Amino acid sequence: MLTVENLEKRFVSHVLDGKQIVGFSPISFTVPNGTAMGLSGPSGYGKSSVLKCIYRTYLASSGRITYDSEAFGRIHLTELPENQILALRRREMGYVTQFLSVLPRVPVLDVVAEPLVHAGVDRSEARRAAGALLQRLRIDARLHDTYPATFSGGEKQRVNLARAVIRPPRLLLLDEPTASLDAAAMRVVLELLVEMKQKGTTMIAIFHDRSIMDRLMDDIYNMPEKETHS
Amino acid sequence: MKPILRVRELTKRYGPGCPDCFDLTGAGQGTNQCPRCKSILACRQVSFDLFPNEVLGVVGESGSGKSTVVRLLHFDFEPTAGRFYLDLKAGQQSGSALAIDPDQDLFALSAFHRRRIRNERMGIVYQNARMGLHLKVSAGGNIAERLLMAGWRHVGRMQSRAAQLLEQTEVPVRRMNEPPRNFSGGMQQRVQIAKALSTQPAVLLLDEVTTGLDVSVQARVLDLIRSLQQELGVATIVVSHDLGVIRLLTSRTIVMRHGCIVEAGLSDQILEDPQHPYTQLLVNSVL
Repeated sequence: MLTVENLEKRFVSHVLDGKQIVGFSPISFTVPNGTAMGLSGPSGYGKSSVLKCIYRTYLASSGRITYDSEAFGRIHLTELPENQILALRRREMGYVTQFLSVLPRVPVLDVVAEPLVHAGVDRSEARRAAGALLQRLRIDARLHDTYPATFSGGEKQRVNLARAVIRPPRLLLLDEPTASLDAAAMRVVLELLVEMKQKGTTMIAIFHDRSIMDRLMDDIYNMPEKETHS
Repeated sequence: MKPILRVRELTKRYGPGCPDCFDLTGAGQGTNQCPRCKSILACRQVSFDLFPNEVLGVVGESGSGKSTVVRLLHFDFEPTAGRFYLDLKAGQQSGSALAIDPDQDLFALSAFHRRRIRNERMGIVYQNARMGLHLKVSAGGNIAERLLMAGWRHVGRMQSRAAQLLEQTEVPVRRMNEPPRNFSGGMQQRVQIAKALSTQPAVLLLDEVTTGLDVSVQARVLDLIRSLQQELGVATIVVSHDLGVIRLLTSRTIVMRHGCIVEAGLSDQILEDPQHPYTQLLVNSVL
């Protein structure tokens, strides 16, 4: 479903007189449809940058990302027009980070329900589904109409995850979505991800927890050491 | 997906112009003033598309030409060169029956025709409420005037539409008959937004709408714009020097400097992986 060929990311910092910073050295891997690929390696090897290049938050310096899209067929993500990337993000591609990226001053229930509303689901129905999902992720119903900015790190992460999975994407990018969860919450998240995979979602993920990697992943890609440019 | 709005090589020059203007100005030259003929190129050869439902950001420092671009699109003054197309079939149906040929350059139309397009199909909100409102005329009257220009004739219907819009933009309806000069800055902006949306425009132009407001008021106005945009899905151009506004409202962004577009991309890419030296400086300058 997704093939990465000789993908490479270098940052050129004009603020620092054109200094080049290596994001990650050339990598290649293939993720078959319906499987999960784990990215592994020490911090600083550019695992998160790979996910950002796939999501197009980062522009790749060279190489190719080929993706078999439901809407557009076989496409190259690094060259796709921006409005098509946005369409993919709405319909096919989800991205969950360890940081809460949702909007301020929106009640958590609406934050989670929003992707469904965008997809044309009736607002009250979407909110009901969001409430059930949050319950399952052990976010107390009393918190559902509060703003997530006031939440703890672990609660924010679960809100992020709920928002990404309420309408299961075809391709899910996960960047340490369990980094600050307790064991009980982590079990629920794992359960949810296993279910999604069974229903056909393809995943590329970073987990520092090796046991999750082992239970969820079909394949592990070890990030190569960075070649340092002078 | 087809764009609802296309702008091609839009240029606005103040001054006589000379054959060297384009070579001697721009982001690479570090100025928008031609050293030979002293003309100012407020914006030069600016081209972009706006898609249905989309919010596009235009960011840059003062003098970069970003406001000039949206005001040219609102026909506030004449461009020196450039073409501008609206394809209303690409977007959702709006209130007006005015038809526009998608291949017609709107700058080539008569002033009368352009005024009709502006009144019935476009809405603008300015940084300064004085530019968008008659501050001594009641809030309801301001909206009614706009409806009148768009061909509404029934006073009762105009009144109820004005009340509905003010309610939607969180302006207390009981203050509808008061002039906006009695209102706070944030409330004046909300009246402007109500007026801009009154004719169900196909394109909404927001020119530094929260600049100069208190932070808490800014947040409320931005939340309002965001929720209205989600509800109505009107294609919107947001001009701002504030990257926070860009992050909150837009999905794509154009970066302007010295009258030129120096970078364009997805908003998260512009903010997290800026390519152009000026964009990097801008992103690195956030407090």
